[in-house]
This record gives sequence, structure tokens and C-alpha cells, in this order.
Amino acid sequence: MSHHIVEVKDLRFTYPDGTPALQGVSFRIVHGESVAIVGANGAGKSTLLLHLNGYLAPKGGEIRIGDYPLTRKTLQTVRRTVGMVFQDPDDQLFMPTVYDDVAFGPLNLGLPTAEVESRVLNALSVVDTLHLKNRPPYKLSRGEKRSVAIASVLSMSPDILVMDEPTSDLDPKARRKLIELLKTFKHTKIIATHDLDMVLDLCERTIVIYNGRVTADGPTLKIFENQALLAESHLEKPLGMQGCPVCKGSR
Amino acid sequence: MPSIESTFFDLGTMDAISRQDTFVHRMDPRIKVLTTLVFIVCVVSFGKHEISALVPFLVYPVFLVVFGDLPVAYLLRKVTVAAPFAVLIGIFNPLLDQQVLLQVGPVGISGGWISFFSILLRFMMTVGAALILIATTGYHAVCMALEKMGVPQIFVVQLLFLYRYLFVLVDEASRMVRARSLRSFQGKGLGIRVFGSMAGHLLLRTMDRAQRIHLAMLCRGFDGNIRPSHPLRVRGWEVMFLLGWSALFVFMRSYNGPRFLGNLIQGFIP
Repeated sequence: MSHHIVEVKDLRFTYPDGTPALQGVSFRIVHGESVAIVGANGAGKSTLLLHLNGYLAPKGGEIRIGDYPLTRKTLQTVRRTVGMVFQDPDDQLFMPTVYDDVAFGPLNLGLPTAEVESRVLNALSVVDTLHLKNRPPYKLSRGEKRSVAIASVLSMSPDILVMDEPTSDLDPKARRKLIELLKTFKHTKIIATHDLDMVLDLCERTIVIYNGRVTADGPTLKIFENQALLAESHLEKPLGMQGCPVCKGSR
Repeated sequence: MPSIESTFFDLGTMDAISRQDTFVHRMDPRIKVLTTLVFIVCVVSFGKHEISALVPFLVYPVFLVVFGDLPVAYLLRKVTVAAPFAVLIGIFNPLLDQQVLLQVGPVGISGGWISFFSILLRFMMTVGAALILIATTGYHAVCMALEKMGVPQIFVVQLLFLYRYLFVLVDEASRMVRARSLRSFQGKGLGIRVFGSMAGHLLLRTMDRAQRIHLAMLCRGFDGNIRPSHPLRVRGWEVMFLLGWSALFVFMRSYNGPRFLGNLIQGFIP
């Protein structure tokens, strides 16, 4: 199925104030892959994600989502294909109740009421938040908000899931639950994060970005073993790969 | 800033009340909006010295409070929050209009005082009716009803977002205020200059957030229309509710029941 492919060729972007954010980023992600995008603060991760659903228009280079190049004409199709989960769930949950919020996308797709309802209930039960459906979003905990934000994207049945820092601000148990949940998804996943331990659990491939350029792209384990590369990109070995602080044993 | 925070929690109370399940709550929001509208128009259309004819109108709020199972004390508290506005509007009436209209024993009551009380009474009833509308319907459903009845979408969307992000904004503002008060000593750093930069900061943050929210909406196919997730349906008896109450309001507007009753009783007193 070619429509789950994300291809970025020599992507360049400069913010209006002259800050260069992306200076020639290229990669190709195929169907069903789970890819982490890691890098220092300000390396260009968020800017890159904002290109994937056409919010920012590239100043150079090309993006293809599935069979379409990303242009003004294909924007609607692309946005339906790419489900984007934002870092702050308060930005994403803007409707008065959880149900309305998850229904927002399907209703905009023009689906009939019965279909919308089944999609909403299905999406909410996938993320295990069916009991929250009549609650207003501001009453939810951080973890619940995050789950609902994911449901609000799932209800549009996207082929590609793009997530910005999905595990930030979650307590360890909520984080673990989220990781287990994401493992069950068959979508193509693109996750921008600083949580390298999650990457270890979830993504077989990692792309490292530094100063708007791809400095490494390959199997996650191989990249995380490359100390020099990590240090250069302002990263650190994930805690799971470091030695135990009590028994001083090292791997 | 405890006052802001408590107001914030009070809004939550309003939300909880509006999610109760009584037949008043279950009614189509449009019916309730229209009935409230007729009620308010009838109440405000009385002459400025009218008090007695207003009293029978209390039957409508009382009916909704009883059958909608609403907490009276809470609603009264909310009405008094807005009371200063009404008081300000009417406060000069007793000074401007000193012509004695009513003689109670030795005390003459001027037209100014009567119109002042008339304003207060009308204020209580109209604001109360609006609050009861929200308490039995929910803010969101009222907005949806307005949209269905032809209010331009752009206003409805503004209202919806105002309500949703009020909580986020209050949260953000109270975090800033807390951070400031933790680092200001002996009243230093609480002045207008710091306040100004905080307000500016809050505005910038709000604009940033607005941009992110807009992006999130675009990602999910927003095209300027907010579609209700449950289609609204008006049942036959609800139309009767609207017509029945409206007829009663118009009747009470045209005939002064208390005066009629008073005349009747006076007729019996020799």
C-alpha cells in the first residue's frame, strides 16, 4: 500500500524572521514503520512535523505523502491521511465535551450521524476512555487528555500518525500505558521526542536531527550505541541502556 | 488570586448543574431559548413605574427551578454578582424623580424609588432567567440552538471558544500570579509595571495558543462550520411548552393580575 509512505526530499525552511530551521532534510518512511525523530531543543523537530500536514509550506524541497505531492490542492486529502497529535492536549481538545471533540473530525468529513457515532465510540474504546465521553476536557487529568487527543485523531482513521512529545508530562504509569497502546497500532508512526527510552521500546528506526540537518538515520539500537554521535547532537544514551547506578554494572 | 480561581470553580458547578437529567434539561435547547426570549421581552417592556404587574412573572423562574431541580442559593448568588450594574443604572432615579406617587401611611414614596425598585426587580428576573437557561441547557447547547436559529456561525464559534478556553486562560493567569507573588516581598514587584508586562505576556501566549488551536482544527478538516454531534429534535409537547408559556407571558403583560385582584378585594371591603 503506497499511500502510507512519507517521503521528504531536501526540505528547507526559514522562519520569516530569518531563523533557518531546516536546511535540507531528506528521508523516506514506508508503510507500517515506526520512526522516532530525535534531536536537541530547537533542532527543527517541530518545524519538520508542521510540514508533514502542510501547515508550513516548504521554502525548498518536496514532500510526498502517499501518492500525492503535498500542494495546496492535495492539502485536504493529506490532512485526512496524516493524523497529528499535538504536544499540549489543551490545544487539541477544543470542543465542550470529549464526545464532541472526537466527533469533530468525522463530522467535518461529512459522515452520517450513525457512522460518526460508531467511529467515536470505537476510537474512545481503543484508548480506553469510553467512560469519559460526556465529560468536559478541562476536567480530565493529563494522561486522560492525551488519550482523548489520540482518540480524536483515530476517529478519522488516518494512515499515518504523527506525534509531538507524546509522553511529556505523563506520570510513569500513564506513560507506560501509552507506550503499550501505541505498540498495538498498525499505522505508520512518526514520533518526535526527547524520551529516548520510549523510542527504544517503540521505534525500530531513528532519525537524528541537529541544526536543521539529518545527522543520522538508521536502526534505533545502532544509533543509541554511537556515543560520539549522541554527544554531538546534544543527546544521551537512553537510561535503559546505561549501567545500573546501584550495582555499577555496565552494558 | 483566589477570587479568579473561585469564579473558575463556580463555572464548573454551573456545568455540573446543566448536566442533570430532568424533563426540563432534556427539552430541545431552541424551545428554552425562545421561551426565555419571550419572557425577557415581556418583562422589560413594562412602563418604568410598574411593580405589581411584574410579580406574576416570577412563576416562570420558579417553575424551572422546581422542575429543573436547580440550587436556588447558588443562582441567587450568581445574580447578585451582576447586581452592581443594575444598581448603578437606577441609583439616581430617586434623586431625579422626587414626585410622590404612592402614600403609605405618613411616608410618601417618590416615583424615583418606585422606578428604581422596578429596575432591580426586572434585572433580577431577566438575569435570573438567562442563568436558569444556561443551568438547564448548558452553554454549549445554547450556542448550538442559537446557530440553528440563524445566528451567524462566526459569533457562535466565538462564544463556544470563549467558554472552552476561559478555563485554560484562568489557569495560565493564576499560575503567573502565583509565580509573581512568590517572588515579591513587602509589596514590591506587585505594581502596575509588572502587571502590564504580565498582561502583555498573557496576550502573546494566548495568540500563540490560538494559532496552535487553529492548526489542530485545520488538521481535522475544519472549514468554518461547527457541526452538532447530536441532531436537535423538537417534540410536539415542547412546542406546546413554548406556546403555552408565551401565551401566559403575553396575557400577564396585557392584564395586571395583582391590580385586578386588589380591585376585586377592595370591592368587597365596604
